[in-house]
Amino acid sequence: MPVQAGTLDTFPKLLLEHARVRGAKPAIREKDLGIWQTWTWSRLDGEVAALAAGLARAGLARGAHIAVIGANRPRLYATLIAAQVLGAIPVPFYEDAAAQEMVYVFRDAEIAYAVVEDQEQADKLLEIQPECPALRHVWYDDPRGLRNYHQPSLASYATLVDAGAAWLRDHPGFVEAEAAGSSGNDTAIMLYTSGTTGHPKGVVLTHESLIASSRAYAQLEALTDEEEVLAYLPMAWIGQNVFSYAQWMVVGFRINCVESSQTVLTDMREIGPTYYFAPPRVLEALLTEVTIRMEDAGWAKRRLFRHFMAFASRVGARLLDGKPVGALDRLHYALGNLLMYAPLRNTLGMSRIRVAYTAGEAIGPDLFVFYRSLGVNLKQLYGSTETSVMVCVQPDGAVKPDTVGPPMQGVEVRVLDSGEIVLRCPGLFREYYKNPQATAEAKDAQGWYHTGDAGYFDAAGQLKIIDRAKDVGKLSDGTLFAPKYLENKLKFFPYIKEAVAFGDARAHACAMINIDMPAVGDWAERRGIPYSGYTDLAAKPQVRDLIRDCVERVNADLARDPKLWGSQLRRFVILHKELDADDGELTRTRKVRRRFIAEKYAGIVEALYSGAAVCAVDAQVRFEDGRTGNVRAELAMHDAKAFAPESARAAA
Amino acid sequence: MATLAEDARPGLEEGHASASAARDIGGPILALEGISLAFGGVKALSDVSFDVREHEIRAIIGPNGAGKSSMLNVINGVYRPNAGSITFRGERRAHMEPRRAAERGIARTFQSLALFKGMSVLDNMLAGRNLMMKTNLLLQALRIGPALREEIAHRKRVEAIIDFLEIQHVRKTPVGRLPYGLQKRVDLGRALAAEPRVLLLDEPMAGMNVEEKQDMSRFVLDVNDEFGTTIVLIEHDMGVVMDLSDRVVVLDYGRKIADGTPDEVRASQAVIDAYLGVQH
Repeated sequence: MPVQAGTLDTFPKLLLEHARVRGAKPAIREKDLGIWQTWTWSRLDGEVAALAAGLARAGLARGAHIAVIGANRPRLYATLIAAQVLGAIPVPFYEDAAAQEMVYVFRDAEIAYAVVEDQEQADKLLEIQPECPALRHVWYDDPRGLRNYHQPSLASYATLVDAGAAWLRDHPGFVEAEAAGSSGNDTAIMLYTSGTTGHPKGVVLTHESLIASSRAYAQLEALTDEEEVLAYLPMAWIGQNVFSYAQWMVVGFRINCVESSQTVLTDMREIGPTYYFAPPRVLEALLTEVTIRMEDAGWAKRRLFRHFMAFASRVGARLLDGKPVGALDRLHYALGNLLMYAPLRNTLGMSRIRVAYTAGEAIGPDLFVFYRSLGVNLKQLYGSTETSVMVCVQPDGAVKPDTVGPPMQGVEVRVLDSGEIVLRCPGLFREYYKNPQATAEAKDAQGWYHTGDAGYFDAAGQLKIIDRAKDVGKLSDGTLFAPKYLENKLKFFPYIKEAVAFGDARAHACAMINIDMPAVGDWAERRGIPYSGYTDLAAKPQVRDLIRDCVERVNADLARDPKLWGSQLRRFVILHKELDADDGELTRTRKVRRRFIAEKYAGIVEALYSGAAVCAVDAQVRFEDGRTGNVRAELAMHDAKAFAPESARAAA
Repeated sequence: MATLAEDARPGLEEGHASASAARDIGGPILALEGISLAFGGVKALSDVSFDVREHEIRAIIGPNGAGKSSMLNVINGVYRPNAGSITFRGERRAHMEPRRAAERGIARTFQSLALFKGMSVLDNMLAGRNLMMKTNLLLQALRIGPALREEIAHRKRVEAIIDFLEIQHVRKTPVGRLPYGLQKRVDLGRALAAEPRVLLLDEPMAGMNVEEKQDMSRFVLDVNDEFGTTIVLIEHDMGVVMDLSDRVVVLDYGRKIADGTPDEVRASQAVIDAYLGVQH
């Protein structure tokens, strides 16, 4: 049963309520040493109290910022709440951010305190400390490897909690008093947007907006405190914050922290989440793995898989939507469920899922339909950091692969003449931190937030997002060109990991392609094609033919579209290296930074359009340890066949 | 209000306890005096003496065929030297026995891996603790009573090592399916599972790429640091050796030609000659 609104308008108050009402129930689990360790609500409450007292003793004051850096760990979640108890503002970081990328945020938010997971993160902070003089205290959770560090600013999390617990014995009621003093209007958290251009911006979110968004979801999906949720996405991401923190605090369900980023699949199978949130890339990776494993399976299993998946794509989604399905088809599906769908759901850890959401990027229709036809109630939603992910969500029974659903209750959405979507909602952010100009640009005087996304409402009143408003362009002949639309179509093929489409103000559209190393590698091994690494594999003529086939299938598909047929891909290139966030080519949430790539690879773009057969490249790459190196390669440009539009063929 | 500072963090308790003194290098734990070893007329080692102090990282280097692996085999009792003596933990003998070496706390990893390819990572590492299993085979097979309790205790230790080496994701994967770099890490884990006082590493970085080498170096340092394990290491990568080791002994044609800190060894004319191939 969700906690009711009223006086529970901040996360600290919600925590005290949970400790009171469901103290003995599990709140958060962490897989450690191969075993799920459980913290109950009262245990969490105790930890938060001691931690808050410790932080207060260390000088963390109301309104100050505190960095939280690391993977999903109960102690880091406790830090979020402990900071909020004191009225301080937690600022989570992406754990894989390089030290230099953190400097800007530390300086911008004048962060003096940080709680980090381990030596890796502590090292980064010690490295940037000279550039961030405000940073005075760093506490680490895992002491491994840190024994010989004697920096005065460094101390263990355990000492902080011990000091707080000792002080609390003489000052009972401290936390309750602090929590009571918090108000829904206070800033709850600050999340930095990865920023496709320029510096990241700190999005200031209040308790009120996060709680409003969470209550809306809880009501819509009738969430209970019996839900199991897997915590595996970066804490600095709004999706993780809303679904595994804000909703957790509002509803009082259980979150489960995975053992490591590489054990997600196993951990998910063990937990069997009932409520699940995954960006499309995670779902895509899962499907790729299933596909590869099916290719390895025996002949009979492969036949069975193909037959039942083809059948499910026709019937499964209709069943899930409660649409009429014939008795024979129902029987057929039941058989498939017994032999294929249920075992597959079990392997994926999706047996118990009641509601699953995907968001963050457009999802390939076939990918989306795959999960739904298996019987997983996967739905799309639309939102952003600025809106606490509270804009649109697909209701049960009206789920389509290419829309994001109607606006949620209390949300007003309009589409401007330019195609841009603007909205007002209770979950809206207060401001960009110390950036009134950007705030004014994003939020007008009437409180309308300009999303920067382009889209329109379909006949059923569901919102359809096509691209970023600023990215939608036109070919030189005036044909509509939506790069992301093309890229998504390409990326649906398991062999293509990333794609970047070009075409604005050009005669035709072209694409840069990253092959998917595991999928293409497996494909090559099956055919006995030897290769030494990514660059070598990408240059193989057989791989070129494989990718060309994918591109031409996209073109054939586009030819059927009355508006977009003109933007068929005439030429493409398979890049010599994988696009990487460390090289600035992707954002930390793995979105393509198209403009940056266009500049960085200007030579390749020119070669694509000049008709040249090859292009020499000399690219700088940044390794994970921060060093840089050069990759030299000669890249071949490839032509792809374009198809006459369906309308023209019909006329002929 | 209860806090969680103590529980839920069951690290390697014993390791942590001894670790506070970990990097205080102690007296010699292992001393080799006048070791000579010959196979027929081939002299593998002639009159080599050196010692290994407790908690230090000691490297043995030298050109190919210098006798490095032979030296490790003498230490863990696979080879019996023709002359000389070995003193380990105060006990002086003419030669070591393999089983005795293992029981007294010497473990090693192998240049060519010594793992059960068809068994999971977890089982391989549990196998590394077989000398410590006290209950009899029947009880173990039936998994009852004391055997069950014992297995739980062993599993706990092995899990701590799995966590330490960051191989949770392959816990249940058969070793044969893992990439080489990971297999090397599992081999290290198997050796660590025996909770050795002295760990012999035979070319732990052979055949690895730069990133894997960095990872492995990190683990070697961490093992030494966290558990206080004394490490004797053979390695070809000079950068690695000079970074990791406290002291280095240099062999050439079965003789010791230098012994000292990395800086001393680097400056030694004999070592430079041996590596640059000056005529003898």
